Amino acid sequence: MAAQVITVTSGKGGVGKTTAVANLANAMAMDGKRVVCIDGDIGLRNLDVVMGLENRIVYDIVDVIEGRCKLRQAMIRDKHYQELYLIPAAQTRDKTAVSPSDMVRICKDLRADTDFILIDSPAGIERGFRNAIAAAERVLVVTNPEVSAVRDADRVVGILEAEEKGPPALIINRLNPSLVKNNDMLSAEDVLDLLGIQLIGIVPEDETVIIGSNRGTPVVTDPKSRAGMAFRDIGRRLQGQDVPFMDLEPQSGLWNAIQRMAGRK
Amino acid sequence: MSFFTRKRSASSAKERLQLVLVHDRTDLTSTELEALKDDLLKAISRYIEIDADAVQIGVERDGRSQRLVADIPLKNVTRQRAG
Repeated sequence: MAAQVITVTSGKGGVGKTTAVANLANAMAMDGKRVVCIDGDIGLRNLDVVMGLENRIVYDIVDVIEGRCKLRQAMIRDKHYQELYLIPAAQTRDKTAVSPSDMVRICKDLRADTDFILIDSPAGIERGFRNAIAAAERVLVVTNPEVSAVRDADRVVGILEAEEKGPPALIINRLNPSLVKNNDMLSAEDVLDLLGIQLIGIVPEDETVIIGSNRGTPVVTDPKSRAGMAFRDIGRRLQGQDVPFMDLEPQSGLWNAIQRMAGRK
Repeated sequence: MSFFTRKRSASSAKERLQLVLVHDRTDLTSTELEALKDDLLKAISRYIEIDADAVQIGVERDGRSQRLVADIPLKNVTRQRAG
């Protein structure tokens, strides 16, 4: 079966695109899928460090495009999963080193031996973003429940509509259930109502995410991490499974502690 | 504003975003929207008398599309009897 190309984008920077790509790729690799991630952020590469593969880079995507190596040579195999690969971005070049048709061609070459191609888009709505969505069959928009991120997500959704990319799916990242409960953070329902697109997952704010990127081991591999659980669920939804949304009631507080002790949670 | 009576910030965030997104999506500033309203009312007033104080015109969201919704009450016209 030919691969599905999924691009992860957001408009605003720093909302968790790279974290989402690293985690979703690991999640699907854990499920036995063949996954290739492409870092689309030429000049500001990061997916390699978040995945813990920075020391293995020899060639990058621009080397492939400019014919200095074969596609296979730029594919870095993951440390844990045999069927998970990263194609890193070039660090010393800029976005103009890649064109939308280059991305389409690379994805076409990868298709036969891959189940999912995940493209990490740079922030913004310019060349790098255009490159990242050129080959996409499905687009995931990542946002945080805050005004600037939601506004930029709406811009990106508008552009995707105009480009007739099909309706994108939304990942609400870093939701803090206690703040939502106190009415001091936009709820998932608020964000969905504002953006008017379909939801594919809510990832709670979770300190294990930072610990994971510090170590270069995405949190999906930690069975106890709440964010990891959310990413595993999104990974399964991307594979076409119907996974119920997890309960995001605040985890702290006496009542929760009692319930946990009683083994109810 | 006291801490206990303050409006919770999520509601402000949502209300502000609703307005901002309408302007972003339509590429229409609030000044332009006001000008549009004025022109619309002037055009209608050439044909029929309207209750200018009760007029409500705004952009409403419907999923990802916007619609310009106008509620323009007309003044009652007492027809003059002939003869």
